[in-house]
Amino acid sequence: MSTIFFLIGCSVLVAIVFLLAFLWAQNNGQHTDLYTPSIRILMDDADDKPHPQSLSEREGNAGDTCISDKILNSK
Amino acid sequence: MAILTGTTCYHCGNDCYTEEHQKDEKSFCCTGCLSVYTILSKSKLGNYYQLNQHPGETQASGNKQFAYLDEPEIIQQLIDYTDEQKTIISLYVPAIHCSSCIWLLEHLYTLHPGILENRVDFLKKQVYIQFNPQQISLRALVELMSSIGYEPLISLQDVVKKNSRQTDNLSKKIAVAGFCFGNVMLLSFPAYFGLSETEAKFGEFFSLLNILFCIPAFFYSGKDYFVNAWQNLKVGVLNIDFPLALGILVLFVRTIVEYVFNTGHGFADTLTGLVFFLLIGRFMQQKTYYHLSFERDYRSFFPVAVQVLNEDGSEKSVALEKLVQGDRILIKNQEIIPADAILLKGDALIDFSFVTGESLPVSKTLGEIIYAGGRQTGSALELEVIKPVSQSYLTKLWNNEVFQKQESTKIKTFSTKVSHYFSIVLLALAFGTLLFWLPQDWRTGLSAFTAILIIACPCALALSTPFTMSAALSILDKNKFYLKNTDVVEQLAAIDTIVFDKTGTVSIAENQGVIFKGQLNHITKDIIYAACKNSSHPHSRRICSFLGHRNAVAISHYQELTGKGISAIYDGKEVLIGSRQLVTGQKDAKQEFPEVHIKIGEQYIGFFELKQRFRKDLNQLLSNINKNYHTYLLSGDSNQDAEVLQSYFKSPFHLQFKQSPQDKLNFIKEKQEQKAKVMMIGDGLNDSGALKQSDAGIAVTDHINNFTPGSDAILDGSVLHLLPQFLKFSKSAVKVIHISFGISLTYNIIGLSVAVTGQLSPLFAAILMPLSTVTIISFTSLATHYMAKKHQLS
Repeated sequence: MSTIFFLIGCSVLVAIVFLLAFLWAQNNGQHTDLYTPSIRILMDDADDKPHPQSLSEREGNAGDTCISDKILNSK
Repeated sequence: MAILTGTTCYHCGNDCYTEEHQKDEKSFCCTGCLSVYTILSKSKLGNYYQLNQHPGETQASGNKQFAYLDEPEIIQQLIDYTDEQKTIISLYVPAIHCSSCIWLLEHLYTLHPGILENRVDFLKKQVYIQFNPQQISLRALVELMSSIGYEPLISLQDVVKKNSRQTDNLSKKIAVAGFCFGNVMLLSFPAYFGLSETEAKFGEFFSLLNILFCIPAFFYSGKDYFVNAWQNLKVGVLNIDFPLALGILVLFVRTIVEYVFNTGHGFADTLTGLVFFLLIGRFMQQKTYYHLSFERDYRSFFPVAVQVLNEDGSEKSVALEKLVQGDRILIKNQEIIPADAILLKGDALIDFSFVTGESLPVSKTLGEIIYAGGRQTGSALELEVIKPVSQSYLTKLWNNEVFQKQESTKIKTFSTKVSHYFSIVLLALAFGTLLFWLPQDWRTGLSAFTAILIIACPCALALSTPFTMSAALSILDKNKFYLKNTDVVEQLAAIDTIVFDKTGTVSIAENQGVIFKGQLNHITKDIIYAACKNSSHPHSRRICSFLGHRNAVAISHYQELTGKGISAIYDGKEVLIGSRQLVTGQKDAKQEFPEVHIKIGEQYIGFFELKQRFRKDLNQLLSNINKNYHTYLLSGDSNQDAEVLQSYFKSPFHLQFKQSPQDKLNFIKEKQEQKAKVMMIGDGLNDSGALKQSDAGIAVTDHINNFTPGSDAILDGSVLHLLPQFLKFSKSAVKVIHISFGISLTYNIIGLSVAVTGQLSPLFAAILMPLSTVTIISFTSLATHYMAKKHQLS
């Protein structure tokens, strides 16, 4: 039965770890903005390589302007 | 119609009235939107347009001056932190509204290498930016943001709230209390079921641990209750914190004493549970609307700095509070005049709508005094300041004693009133019991005395108000009625007199009714539309929206005659649209409503009468309110709508026109001296004094991000007709509190009947306290939602 002393010690220790983790997160400002990260995670990184869709569209547009330029020039 | 709706602006989604602005086969409504698109597509930020359709806001309205951001003194006030390498600033950007905004603002660094890092807080509409001051100045940064359509709102009054630390501490306290409560409950269970002789050493060990858990709950989480109780006691007030603090203290002392003398298990479970539930209640009570501010005064409406002309003719930005008498200031189109000043140069056409409620711009002649708060519409002006900003006609309202008072609750809440008597009765009962037992058995006496203080600890009582009110607040919030704090519900319930402002409150400044007197055919309509759509004057816009989308006809020689109207040429004929004087040559007669006259060629067509339109269901609203309340109307405007409005009010004497801001404040004060509980509903700066003086001040706004003066609550203009329901609902909410007080007192009496005998077992206390708490929480939330249903609030 005296293992109970040990087990309770363990359970309290685990609980304290979680409490400290919460307090750390709180101090770190992780709970100040609870909404924006939910949107941010859905957005693709377009830092170096642009969004595939927008890339294709931009190329398409570039092509269009080339054609219209040619028409203009020929006229 | 089909022609025009076909093209919407790729940036903001507005209709394009012209084919002028096009790029990459995309149409734009104005050069502003086009330039934003150009900047973004050049910087490979086209993704902005992929996330949402038409994510931008229209850029049609003019550009602002940020020269004042070069002044080190002003910069110092705005930034959070700075050193050689980096500066951190939080900016409030009202335009933030969708995921594209977040994406773009968090990619600001691709536009300029000097921007190191930036993060958006969507709900607060704030951007935190770290930048290198060596590479990019604050002014350049703000101008960059402005150029992509996200102009930060910078005002004298801090719009960026930095007081979030307090709530953070509360959640930490809740975390600690919850941690202690959970562990104590675990360790207390064996004691509830009884421990045999062999297990006694466990009991002792558990009790010791319990005491260890009580220490953080008592000293850290529960600290505020002692501080509050002591502060209130010092000023002679017995509020609810006093019996709570007493209860917590007695619980703690008795738990330690019982451990030391080995007389029982102690009350560690009740103590930690009590602190935990109380803090939850306090947490519920704090509801913050990050996007709203209830504390704004004229400083957030006025610009931060103004251009001052030096003697040699050069311009310099000067912070508003540094402005002195005799300074010559330069006011450009759409800028606000910050101080009472004399007009020296320029055509002044001042729009005072926000200050006086007068919806028409007023023209001023040279040498005339222009009061602060007006907005110049037209060319630039030169003015000489005659009074410093804080002493101006409008702003000296804030020197009134009403604004000097410390912000405290305007009425005593029910809970404060009750807890005063509750505390007295509790102390009398406890000491009475002590005296009763003392001659016979001091041990029983002491134990009965402490038991009373423990069992009577008004936990449920303390929770009934926060839980009812937070439920009420969230229901009102869903209906676009935003309250500053939970006390406002009780203020609303106590009201018996309602005072309305006119312009912007009962009437809508824009979108008013338009009547044409004369004959209009399709062609004239097309011509008028073609001419008016070029003008940004409010009258032209109203005429355009009255005519609806028309076929585009070609007009030429378009000209805007400031303060008079517009002229253009159609098919060789001169088109004149504007004032009576411009069009007919007759003198402007005194008119009931603004008029816009039309002449095409030599033929006089007729005139538009622009009526003020009142809010939806105003008649119904007022007839409903008139049954139970005294209603008044105070207007800064002339009495042009008097006849229409009189029918809505009980007597013509209840309507007063041409009221100055000070008059409005005095009117409220007078009513209050006659023992009336007054609610003021207004929208402009001129109502600020009245809003502050009233028992419940409500600011009405049509756009929730717009400026609203300091008030107790902010109401979206579209739901003004729900006001009777809101008032009834607040009364019901107070009733719910009354009933829940009854319930919690019943629990207290049951507990006390046991406690006076001195035979209080920890188990009994540990069951009674959470039971009463759960009853109150579920009763108040259910009852409040039921009441909302009953009053047809979703």
